[in-house]
Amino acid sequence: MFPSSFAYHRPASVEEAVALIGANPDAKVLAGGHSLIPAMKLRLAMPEALIDLNRIDALRGISVNGEVTIGAMTTYAQLLDDAGLGGRFTVIHDAADHVGDVQVRARGTLGGSIAHADPASDFTAVILALGARVTAIGPEGERTIEADDLFVDLFTTALRPDELLTRITIPAVAGTVVTAYAKHAHPASGYPVVGIAAMLTMEGSTVSAARIAVTGATSKATRLTAAETALTGQAADAAVIDRAAAAAEGLEINGDAYASEEYRRHLVSVLTGRVIRQAIARAT
Amino acid sequence: MSTTITGPTTLRITVSVNGTQRQAEVEPRLLLVHLLRDSFGLTGTHVGCDTSQCGACVVNLDGQTVKSCTVLAVQADGATVTTIEGMARDGKLHPVQEGFWAKHGLQCGFCTPGMILSAAALLEKNPDPSEDEIEHAIEGNFCRCTGYHNIVRSVQHAAELMRRDA
Repeated sequence: MFPSSFAYHRPASVEEAVALIGANPDAKVLAGGHSLIPAMKLRLAMPEALIDLNRIDALRGISVNGEVTIGAMTTYAQLLDDAGLGGRFTVIHDAADHVGDVQVRARGTLGGSIAHADPASDFTAVILALGARVTAIGPEGERTIEADDLFVDLFTTALRPDELLTRITIPAVAGTVVTAYAKHAHPASGYPVVGIAAMLTMEGSTVSAARIAVTGATSKATRLTAAETALTGQAADAAVIDRAAAAAEGLEINGDAYASEEYRRHLVSVLTGRVIRQAIARAT
Repeated sequence: MSTTITGPTTLRITVSVNGTQRQAEVEPRLLLVHLLRDSFGLTGTHVGCDTSQCGACVVNLDGQTVKSCTVLAVQADGATVTTIEGMARDGKLHPVQEGFWAKHGLQCGFCTPGMILSAAALLEKNPDPSEDEIEHAIEGNFCRCTGYHNIVRSVQHAAELMRRDA
């Protein structure tokens, strides 16, 4: 399988990339390429041009300084290699270690995954749980978008066609903050049939704040607000966790040939309970 | 420096393959695996599923293993690539190749080049991997005939050989 012909642009800077995106409305931006190139080989995508971001060093890297800033072109392999990041937000390592395989993690990028907004991406749920924000740059300059406002629908984000996602910022956290990610992976593709990410703030055994998000089950990654409410302000005993897990079910859930709506609903509840227990176990 | 080419126009790229600088005139849509096989005649890198699942096309690109069916040849411009043909040195098999030979890690051999590249990359980072770590590292390489049992033993044997010679 071969992609159809396209023009190839390899900008050396963010400014150049933004200018190229503006000048080529039918172009696609190439990050890790592990969603885009397969789609092009199947001719599901036939862009007139590719704007390859892989030589823009300014888009790569992780800085931890109170808040955490991750360049959009940072690969999963780089996320896994960063011990400081993994120590602080375990959820990132939980999720990154099971994206695709070694080769996919070597190429695939955090920004690419988020901008693509595959309904079964692992990291859409992760950045929702972390309360992250993304920075995008366009012809009118930079703006930030909260993760809560970023995912609009299937493969659709609030990014404008002429904008480039440049970095992801995780706000600084205070107190005892624990995170975790659990997924039931499709046995062939490895994509989450259901994935749940959680960030809990603990005061002793009480959950003082909770952010929990689901991916794979819904048309876009979504906060499980009912489960969050059921946990917040409660001593996290078995009954409270079970209530939160049960509350996670109240969503519009998609079914497909592999996993029915009913089965996915069950997984959402089971994995929500599991991820809460995992996170809490990390507080001690 | 930025580069722009418009297809079907071609770009001249330079890639260091198995220690030799090679040049080719490529269309942007040419995949790395076809550059290696068709332009350079290095047919040890296989095309299996052609959908970045099976790992028959795995090569090492600038120190990391990649699925060469999902990388554009133009993206390897200026890069260093190692394929299965570059693993043996001076007539001596790479320890991972020796491990696969000694422990019967292959039958048909179709997945073997990718398996060996993935296993060698693992052992670079982790000279004494556990069975679980080996399985996690070759998750992106499918074998459909030998079975993974002997492949894992092959990698363990290679690790022993490499530790002994280190």
